[in-house]
Amino acid sequence: MIELFGVFLLALAVITAIGVVQARNLFAGVMLMGIFSLLMAATFFLLDAADVALTEAAVGAGISTVLMLSALALSGAEEKARSRSRILALIVVTVTAATVIYATFEKPRLGDPNAPVQQHVAPWYFDMTQEAIEIPNVVTAVLSSFRGYDTLGEVIVVFTAGIGVLFLIGAAAPKGRASPSQGDLPVGLKHHQPIRVVGKLAIPFILLFAFYVQFHGEYSPGGGFQAGALFAAAIILYGMLEGEATALSIIPAPVLFAMSAGGALLFGGVGVVCMLLGGNFLQYDVLLAGSPVGAQQMGIIAIELGVGITVAGTLLSIFFAFATRDQS
Amino acid sequence: MSEILGLFNYWVFVLLMVIGFYAVIAKPNLIKKLLGLSIFQAAVFLLFISMGKVDGGTAPIIQNGNWDAVFSNPLPQVLILTAIVVGISTLALGLAIVVRIKEAYGTIEEIDAIASGEATQLQQDSGESKQ
Repeated sequence: MIELFGVFLLALAVITAIGVVQARNLFAGVMLMGIFSLLMAATFFLLDAADVALTEAAVGAGISTVLMLSALALSGAEEKARSRSRILALIVVTVTAATVIYATFEKPRLGDPNAPVQQHVAPWYFDMTQEAIEIPNVVTAVLSSFRGYDTLGEVIVVFTAGIGVLFLIGAAAPKGRASPSQGDLPVGLKHHQPIRVVGKLAIPFILLFAFYVQFHGEYSPGGGFQAGALFAAAIILYGMLEGEATALSIIPAPVLFAMSAGGALLFGGVGVVCMLLGGNFLQYDVLLAGSPVGAQQMGIIAIELGVGITVAGTLLSIFFAFATRDQS
Repeated sequence: MSEILGLFNYWVFVLLMVIGFYAVIAKPNLIKKLLGLSIFQAAVFLLFISMGKVDGGTAPIIQNGNWDAVFSNPLPQVLILTAIVVGISTLALGLAIVVRIKEAYGTIEEIDAIASGEATQLQQDSGESKQ
């Protein structure tokens, strides 16, 4: 039964994806993309990937849609009609699809416990998590301890992308567009009373959930990446309701930049502290004398915090860079 | 039946991948290309997560200290979790470039932008030859 539900979700996802590509109105395309992300999140959950589902729902369906919409506001939402023939593209795509589908016949069937991918490192990760880290969420253990180098790299990529966006379309102006002279113009959604009231009610709970996901990530699905995205989503919601300028007066742009850099620095700093204490880079065992397991848990909490701070700071800087850019 | 269900996720991966691929190569609108790239990316996520699934397994989070239950593979999940967040960062970078192209050329259609760039180039060349 659950398999059929998965088939249904994936069929819907394919239809939505075709809708995204065919929609002439880019606004409709972006909204369909949000639905597509939500369908993918549900599929990931069915495939036992709770952490990934949470990330996809927060980032793919939430933040990504908002960023796309703020870019559309600057670039125009209508796609021009084209009569150009697309036969060549269709041929290329069909050949690619046929080749890859042919290749899938060699793949192990879905859920096969004897597939090569299940044999190699996964059992080792379970054994070592039980032995050396003792936290229930193995995904978090692999993410922040066994593959800490990877995660540090990803955090640096996020940070670098944030810098790139700021270089391209400028840092958010501290004053914003909402000068008193245009007081009659609608700022944010101030004139939509019901949305404003309901939205504001939701913000504290989103923030609380973000902190729960951050600090409970060792025991339940979650961690720095999801928490950072949720935190950013709460502030973005506030910015949409009250205008970007008001939101920026609560978290000024310099604070956001400091968060982007500080989180990555905290992550790297933990690694350096490990080296100073005589271990290898990001080898948390040495952090707490006499208790390697406790030290591992301490290191994981510290670097997850760094991840969360960087992701939240970078996503918010990116959002405000788009939202406060002059539409002239 | 189980044969078809066992490969269904991979076929959906292929379909989604080529839908995104088609948008990237055939659509002239730059935002549409980025949407296509996001679909392509989601298809790869689906491939990885499907490979990590184990029959009768559960999410790799240990409950009540029971380490002997059947769990799905945590490694693909870790890779994809970070890839999603990196994906949004690169998407934002792409959108920023699109916004700059719109400001410089007044359009986000690939062909119009190239034509507008060539026209500017021609003007500059003729201006230089007059001097």
